[in-house]
Amino acid sequence: MTYAWLALAGDAYAQSAATLRIESLAASCAGCHGTNGRAAAGSAMPRLAGMPRDRFVAQMRAFQENRRPATVMHQIAKGYDAEQIHELAAYFERQGP
Amino acid sequence: MIRRRRLLGGLAGASALAALSGCAAPGTGSARPRVAVVGGGYGGATAAKYLRLLSNGSIDVILIEPEPAFVSCPMSNLVVAGVLELPAITSSYRRLSEEHGITVVRDHATDIDVPGRSVTLAAGASLRYDKLVLSPGVDLMFDAVTGSRVAQASGRVLQAWKAGPETVALRRQLQAMADGGTFAITIPEAPFRCPAAPYERACLVADYFRRSKPRSKVLVLDANEDLVATGPLFRKAWTELYGSMIEYRNLHSAVAVDAASGTISFELQDDVRADVLNVLPPMRAGALAVRAGLANSNGRWCQVDFRSFESIVAKNVHILGDSIQTASLMPKSGHMANSHGKAAAAAIVAELKGMEPDPRQMLINTCYSFVSSDEAIHATSVHRYSAAEKTFVAVPGSGGWSAARSPAEAAIGMAWARNIWADMLD
Repeated sequence: MTYAWLALAGDAYAQSAATLRIESLAASCAGCHGTNGRAAAGSAMPRLAGMPRDRFVAQMRAFQENRRPATVMHQIAKGYDAEQIHELAAYFERQGP
Repeated sequence: MIRRRRLLGGLAGASALAALSGCAAPGTGSARPRVAVVGGGYGGATAAKYLRLLSNGSIDVILIEPEPAFVSCPMSNLVVAGVLELPAITSSYRRLSEEHGITVVRDHATDIDVPGRSVTLAAGASLRYDKLVLSPGVDLMFDAVTGSRVAQASGRVLQAWKAGPETVALRRQLQAMADGGTFAITIPEAPFRCPAAPYERACLVADYFRRSKPRSKVLVLDANEDLVATGPLFRKAWTELYGSMIEYRNLHSAVAVDAASGTISFELQDDVRADVLNVLPPMRAGALAVRAGLANSNGRWCQVDFRSFESIVAKNVHILGDSIQTASLMPKSGHMANSHGKAAAAAIVAELKGMEPDPRQMLINTCYSFVSSDEAIHATSVHRYSAAEKTFVAVPGSGGWSAARSPAEAAIGMAWARNIWADMLD
């Protein structure tokens, strides 16, 4: 909701605040999944950069609901709410492959 | 502009600093804000890189770090056990300058002038800043354990709690120990850097003994009432993998060490003699933070405003990592320092651009501990800033431990290390 308003407003100040907030949110994934979701080649963690947003959302929901077996992601996914997951999904999709 | 920044970044520390001092306008007269970052560990290196990324390169960043390369504490117990060599946990700072335009100055920061907004370097220069990020790690309080400073200086009793040459020296002591000998590690009262690391070290030393010196023993002498991290998982690994090789004794608070006789004395319990002693004194915020009067919580840890990680006693000084008085359930770990670095960078960029920091900032921590050379466990937590409580709170229902140790977690742990090192430094 807020995000849509900011996109429509076209206000450089607001855009920049929203961009900073989402980049900072996405950075919380980067410790394991690489800066901007670009995990090291051949690493056990999937590359999030370029992941289609529907797939990202579906995986996070599966982790949250314990429908997908995991060592750690079921514990981490529960720390994020639906709005954050959608923002992350859009951000990582935009990063391109 | 970009070319000039790259050139500065690529120069050796001293000449880069001279060049900087020459062209920097005094104080806030400079159009481009300047952030000085002290300490190139998990907190500081991450903050430096993310200050550049999140500001789209519009902030000048200077990283002050005396060591020529980054050596990781996480994974360093694998070097103690002989599973990895030191180069495998060592990374260059080069890409921070070449790729990210950060000026890396190889020097010690010796003093901070908070009102004057400048930091003094050992070489004598002083550097003006708009914002200072301080990530000085921990200081080992040798004076709390009689004899430990002398024993440390002589090389007889090591800590190896900052990865580097001491890590290798402790490895050599274990190699030199005869089969049938005893390795003793003493653990101070929490909080200390990396709560799981002493128990991981006990596992990995036992793993080495099991392979090479099977009649030897590992004594874990803990000042705390019980293991302070993932206790049930470590205890299960000790029993199932090492039988009686590892012996745990709680409420053993070391007060003195005698290197010549290999004896450790305790506040209440009987003396213990061992062949390789690894005495960990109590810890506090890094020496610079203490000297600058920033360790305002019991003289040991630095209280920060968690919205921005700004010191509550020093304006424009943002403190990260192991040095801070942590929020509830927030460990002093490398990954947590990495998270602090990003959160502080975002808050500083917001402030310098006249914006409010994110009121729902997130922090993540995942700690992997190897319980043998090929199996690991983890503990993880997710923290969200709470405006109502003015601190970070662990998100209810999130976080947890491994269901069981596994080779899969060892592989993921190694991948975690590679990715977080790249996230800090590449």
